[in-house]
Amino acid sequence: MADLSNSVNTAALQQGGWLGALKRILSDPAASAALWVLIILYAAIALAGFLAPYGQYWRDRTLAGAPPTPVYMRTVETGALTWPYVLPQQRHFNPTTLSYHYSEDTAHPIPIRFFVRGDEYPLLGLFNTNVHLFGVDNTKQDGAQINLLGTDMNGRDIFSRLLYGGQISLTIGFISLLVAFPLGLLYGGISGYFGGWVDTLMMRVSEVLMSIPSLYLLITLAAIIPASVSSSQRFALVVVSLALIGWAGFSRIIRGMVLSIKQQEYVDAARALGKPSLGIITQHVLPQTFSFVVVAITLSVPGYILMESGLSFLGLGIQQPDASWGNMLKEAQTLTNVLYAPWMLAPGALIFVAVLAFNVLGDAVRDYLDPKTA
Amino acid sequence: MLWLIVICKRLLWALPTLLAVSIIGFTLMRYDVDLGVWPVPALKNGGVVIEQTHIHFKNPIDPLAELKNNPQITPAVYESEKKRLGLDRPFHEQYLRWLSHLFEVNDGVWQPNMGKSFSGEDVFTQLKIRAGNTLLLNCIVILLTWLIALPLGVFGALRWRSTTDRLLTLLASVGMAAPSFVVALVLAVVCVKFRLLPVGGLTSINHGLLPWWQQIGDVAAHLVLPVVVLMIGGLASLQRQMRGNLLDVLQAEYVRMARAKGLPEHKVVYKHAVRTAINPLVTLLGYELAALLSGSLLVEMILNYPGLGQYTYQAVLQTDTNVVMASLVLSATLLVAGNVMADLLLTVVDPRISLSAIEQRG
Repeated sequence: MADLSNSVNTAALQQGGWLGALKRILSDPAASAALWVLIILYAAIALAGFLAPYGQYWRDRTLAGAPPTPVYMRTVETGALTWPYVLPQQRHFNPTTLSYHYSEDTAHPIPIRFFVRGDEYPLLGLFNTNVHLFGVDNTKQDGAQINLLGTDMNGRDIFSRLLYGGQISLTIGFISLLVAFPLGLLYGGISGYFGGWVDTLMMRVSEVLMSIPSLYLLITLAAIIPASVSSSQRFALVVVSLALIGWAGFSRIIRGMVLSIKQQEYVDAARALGKPSLGIITQHVLPQTFSFVVVAITLSVPGYILMESGLSFLGLGIQQPDASWGNMLKEAQTLTNVLYAPWMLAPGALIFVAVLAFNVLGDAVRDYLDPKTA
Repeated sequence: MLWLIVICKRLLWALPTLLAVSIIGFTLMRYDVDLGVWPVPALKNGGVVIEQTHIHFKNPIDPLAELKNNPQITPAVYESEKKRLGLDRPFHEQYLRWLSHLFEVNDGVWQPNMGKSFSGEDVFTQLKIRAGNTLLLNCIVILLTWLIALPLGVFGALRWRSTTDRLLTLLASVGMAAPSFVVALVLAVVCVKFRLLPVGGLTSINHGLLPWWQQIGDVAAHLVLPVVVLMIGGLASLQRQMRGNLLDVLQAEYVRMARAKGLPEHKVVYKHAVRTAINPLVTLLGYELAALLSGSLLVEMILNYPGLGQYTYQAVLQTDTNVVMASLVLSATLLVAGNVMADLLLTVVDPRISLSAIEQRG
């Protein structure tokens, strides 16, 4: 990232406009595939309530650790094609081996219904509704559920929680960036523009922050978040902790760029016209770093997603019963759980897919803005 | 000579940095700021009222919670324990006490006294064992990563856009995106299920009973899983960089020149191109040194590896200040040293960057 700051092609973005840039970037099939994956992921989490058959906190303890519910298309007796249905699950406990297994009740097929009514949720934050895309009627038969990806050790539907968890895991990175980047921009801008002892002092301070191993600082910050805070306050505090880790390194790069930008003549002109320093920094100097910032953002998002999931995975980030991909994996830390219920690793697969997509897209954006490093 | 001056100057600068790091660390662990009672606006019954609120910022984790809630511990024992740990003193006194113990000199020999952990072990002794384990793990990882990634990178560049190259590029993208803790989980489950490798710890239960050659084999078997997990990400990114660098170099004019004067291809590649392509990567070694102690925390946690990361994590959860501070200062020192080394290596491999420029940076 550091070597990029000097060579980023600022003009590239301005030539073709945003649409042209997007077109060029998407001419790479891998990048356009990555963009589609991200669009689908974000659309899915935006519509989480509608797509998920169950609520985030919904649970049925009698069906803990149930495997993914198979969906059948053929009838049990004749094998003829029929409307998709599921079979009720029954949990059996073996007292001698202390293990359990599930069996299917073939006598009571439950048809899958579309636009069923279930838990109430706010759709896109606009209005409350209780219509879900699909689901099964669970009033007539015990164990009648549709768990596309099974249930966890508390009997919660993993598919539904993946969608709700994505709302946190896929947004927390962006929100942290929104805190860290303006801070880093302004800090680096001021430091580089004024130079001299201001620069020395400010860079020493950021150096101190950078001298603490980031993961150690992160877990220490997260560990001292009081247990009594509400889940939205905790979300905000996790965002702040993540941002606190990221801004220092970023501000150093910005400062380096500002050092060379401020020597250009138009900056002198602005100064001669009597414009206040802060105005020069924010209106004339920092906009020159724009394309570097775009690249840095696309390349930083996956790192933030990984940090959040790592933190929640350790149990220090988003707390149960709220779902995030990291804390859903926490249960999988007990290896015996995973041996009996490998579907609990599903959030890991999604983290991987999201990070991969962001990496591929970030590479494409960098190649476009900076053909030299391609 | 300039070398020595630069190194000394950087190390001198590092001291106040490390001091600041230790102050931040201690503050996070032990902050206890009582601002007294203040009027604070609060929402009540639909209106804003001014309430008298006691503002007290304090680390929410009580290091003595276990003792406090244990009915067998009498208040007298609790108080004496509090006194032994210095928790009854004000914050700055605790910090200064910690700092002065760090520079304890016995008989003219510097013997850092990092205090005792909550479980009563000497932190310095424990730290040496834990840091040693982590160093062992990460040094193997770095060594193997470089030994494997560089040839693969050269291979990818020489067979540019062949099927193998495309496959390697794809694998590299996958490897870079795979979160280490997920890989660790998956591989651990696979190893347990198919009884491939021992999972967790560094030694088997019967380690002490084995002859020495089997002890080495035992440790090696335990190391395989964490090493593989930690290697995946680094391998992918190093392979990609080596491939990219070599591709750049192969297009350079002096390479064309070497070919034109009839040098055999293997000499062109290995004697001229590869050596130049490796140069920029050497600075990475400095950054790898920086992450040597703190980079493997998550993997150590999952695989229950008795390293520094796992030790620190548990200490943070208990606010075991002595342990957290010791490992924080140790890994921060390594981080600073790694950065200095990266800068110096940069001047070695790239003569265009002068030592004096780095010196000016401080």
